[in-house]
Amino acid sequence: MEQLVLRARAAFQTGRSRPLSFRLQQLRALQRMVQECQKEILGALAQDLHKSEFNAFSQEVVSILGELDHVLEKLPEWVAPEPAKKNLLTMMDEAYVHSEPLGVILIIGAWNYPFVLNIQPLIGAIAAGNAVIVKPSELSEKTATLLAKILPQYLDKELYQVINGGVKETTELLKQRFDHILYTGSTGVGKIVMEAAAKHLTPVTLELGGKSPCYIDKDCNLDIACRRVTWGKYMNCGQICIAPDYILCEPSLQSQIVERIKETVREFYGEEIKKSPDYERIINLHHFKRVTSLLEGQKIAFGGETDEATRYIAPTVLTDVNPNSKVMQEEIFGPVLPIVPVKNADEAIQFINQREKPLALYVFSNNNKLIKRMIEETSSGGVTGNDVIMHFTLSSLPFGGVGNSGMGAYHGKHSFDTFSHRRSCLIKKLKMEGANKLRYPPNSQSKVDWASFFLLKRFNKVRIGLFFLAFLGILVAITVKFQYC
Amino acid sequence: MSKISETVQRARAAFNSGKTRPLKFRIQQLENLQRMMKEREEEITEALYADLHKSKWCALYEECTYAFEEVKYALANLPQWILDEPVEKNDNTKDGQAYIHSEPLGVVLIIGSWDYPFILSIQPLVGAIAAGNVVVLKPSELSEQTAILLATLLPQYLDKDLFPVINGGVPETTELLKEKFDHILFTGSTGVGKIIMTAAAKHLTPVTLELGGKSPCYIDKDCDLDIACRRITWGKFMNCGQICLAPDYILCDPALQGQVVEKIKKTLKEFYGDDAKSSHDYGRMVNSRHFKRVMSLIEGQKVAYGGNGDEASRYIAPTILTDVDPRSQVMQEEIFGPVLPIICVKSLDEAIQFINERPKPLALYVFSNNDQVIKKMIAETSSGGVTANDVIAHADVHTLPFGGIGDSGMGSYHGKKSFEIFSHRRSCLIKPLKKEDSDKVRFPPFSAKASLK
Repeated sequence: MEQLVLRARAAFQTGRSRPLSFRLQQLRALQRMVQECQKEILGALAQDLHKSEFNAFSQEVVSILGELDHVLEKLPEWVAPEPAKKNLLTMMDEAYVHSEPLGVILIIGAWNYPFVLNIQPLIGAIAAGNAVIVKPSELSEKTATLLAKILPQYLDKELYQVINGGVKETTELLKQRFDHILYTGSTGVGKIVMEAAAKHLTPVTLELGGKSPCYIDKDCNLDIACRRVTWGKYMNCGQICIAPDYILCEPSLQSQIVERIKETVREFYGEEIKKSPDYERIINLHHFKRVTSLLEGQKIAFGGETDEATRYIAPTVLTDVNPNSKVMQEEIFGPVLPIVPVKNADEAIQFINQREKPLALYVFSNNNKLIKRMIEETSSGGVTGNDVIMHFTLSSLPFGGVGNSGMGAYHGKHSFDTFSHRRSCLIKKLKMEGANKLRYPPNSQSKVDWASFFLLKRFNKVRIGLFFLAFLGILVAITVKFQYC
Repeated sequence: MSKISETVQRARAAFNSGKTRPLKFRIQQLENLQRMMKEREEEITEALYADLHKSKWCALYEECTYAFEEVKYALANLPQWILDEPVEKNDNTKDGQAYIHSEPLGVVLIIGSWDYPFILSIQPLVGAIAAGNVVVLKPSELSEQTAILLATLLPQYLDKDLFPVINGGVPETTELLKEKFDHILFTGSTGVGKIIMTAAAKHLTPVTLELGGKSPCYIDKDCDLDIACRRITWGKFMNCGQICLAPDYILCDPALQGQVVEKIKKTLKEFYGDDAKSSHDYGRMVNSRHFKRVMSLIEGQKVAYGGNGDEASRYIAPTILTDVDPRSQVMQEEIFGPVLPIICVKSLDEAIQFINERPKPLALYVFSNNDQVIKKMIAETSSGGVTANDVIAHADVHTLPFGGIGDSGMGSYHGKKSFEIFSHRRSCLIKPLKKEDSDKVRFPPFSAKASLK
């Protein structure tokens, strides 16, 4: 393990991952990989998660191709130094923020979207000029194996490595020193990753989870709301970090919501859901048993059928759920949708705030004011109003959690920023030393007064004429010279 | 429950009341802070003198004025910073609103340092208040008078429950770190930085760590040595070398060494007189332990100037060491004292190699008339920040985020960056609740749609 990481570090130190042309070339190679190996990628996803080709393509491959297009287009802009606004004291200087690679990045992927969750961060890390170690989740075995096979076929073998393995290998990997770790997974393991990172002072981006609440207001188009909720809840068999975990609504709405979701499920997956090519399966037996156990003692409005042999759990809705029951104590990550009745929006807000900050918050309402209020009075990683999941798809929005749902964010330019060191640079000239006289000892009261004047002014080229400034500068230099001659 | 635990719980309850969120409240608190700095200037500068033998000028110029400026900057810009930031939409989201909404994180812990005890507590505090948080401030116990003063003054100007000051040493800090915070900003050593991050990991608390290191200072052959040496002397010996951004050591061509020594010597005499001990502007080591530590770094070295100290007053003379061996003790740790080693390197490439063999420093300094030299230095090394042809100055520009990298830290702050790190930048996408064409494409069943591929 140490050897592999050292190899990546040595490769980084050669400097070859830095030039823009190299980064673009690697990203284009990645693009080619996705296009040429598409069949294999879709096949692996199908095997790991019972994902149909269409789903795999539209949920994973398309996102990656979109991200690559976006980054390839914008990267030349992103690598350019960013000028900073200056003040009077630094008006003759160059002040800018210079983005540079961090070094060796570790990306630990999750199993639910095993392609996107490894490749999207990888794109950002390459774009920022780093070397990268990718550690896919062992639970999505076929995808992990595939990534280890195809990545070296298209990308620089030493700079970008895939390391596979389980808990043992990951623990070993975490002992090594990295310059940034991006981890996608559970809150519990997130703490372990951060603790390991602390030993080397490695900054981390943790994309964790939680119970993302979904509030459905009385004043809302229930048809559309329920269709969207159904789509987001049961995609990937509920195994998505930003799934609407549970619904909060007034008791009077509950049965209507149940009916509409039931209808929509039939529309999406047909009468025999098990036979639908678009409905996935639970990743493994452990999670199958876990999710199934959440149904115990609950009022099942519809669904509830399970089949251990195929790890199938039917799209399920629970009603009048008790907030103290097990299904409300952990992130469900399965096709089980509890409805918790609340009296009104106030109670919903209180309910949400009594719990850990979730990764996403969903609100359905025609009343924009209510949506704004919900946002204002709660916290969450991100928000989609009147839909679910969608804020994830807009790469200009940084994607990440807060509190137990995570720290840091990425996607699009935010990935580039996360995987770069934004280094502040001030380039002065070895001239105009007169202006510095103010700061040098020996000191006196008049100096204090002059300093206050200079420091408390803000300089904006547009606002003040250069003539005035030059005059001021000369005036100060002369005055100071007279004082200290 | 301990007093510390109670204080933090009270702070959290106060945050949950929502009091710190309205813009008006934040502005009022910041204005109070400003008033405090104006009205109590005398006491503040006195405390700094008591702790670090900081002259009134130094205290004002290096701490108070910057703190005041930070508040002013925040007050002027806060109404803008809190606004939702619209972002570019794509085809799927064109009918909605997409923006980043900045919101407070909750309870922020700021652990200050002793070298610039006033500004290193106040500057982060400004950002945390501006972002709408509740703040627990833990000043360094080593700068005792300032710590006591902050505990006295802050409650007189700011809301007591929302912005408590907790004083104490290692046991109190350890206890404090067991509590849950929503962000911790720590200024101090690399070693303690690791302890902070480990404690933070238990609660998944994000951290900003402003640490240290050995900030190299490269002096090129093509450069105005007079000006370069004056600037270096100023930055190295201010606060008796106890500044995280001090140029720790010099790298230069052997041919330059003699001249560099002479010019720094000349400047030192100009700044502090022939005997720095009697200069009102020359600081003292903060305590006996650091005095002994720095004095020990001089042992066995070739002293070109200074080298003497007085334990009773914790005075160490401005000292220059020449032909320093990179393996000696003085080159193994951040000096944080008025001792300036000069290491000879044959070329710019060798200087770059030397720097890269060591942990990433907080700052990098390069003096040259040649822009290419400067650009090459920056391109081929890494450091928290850079000032070329001067020292320290990049930390004074509010629009440049200030922070370290690798062992010198993580995250950054100052100005708007402070507001950002103490906020949660929450991505929001608000769509209209009406039927969309894209719905047909994304909803199952897909067998018919598969052909659309």
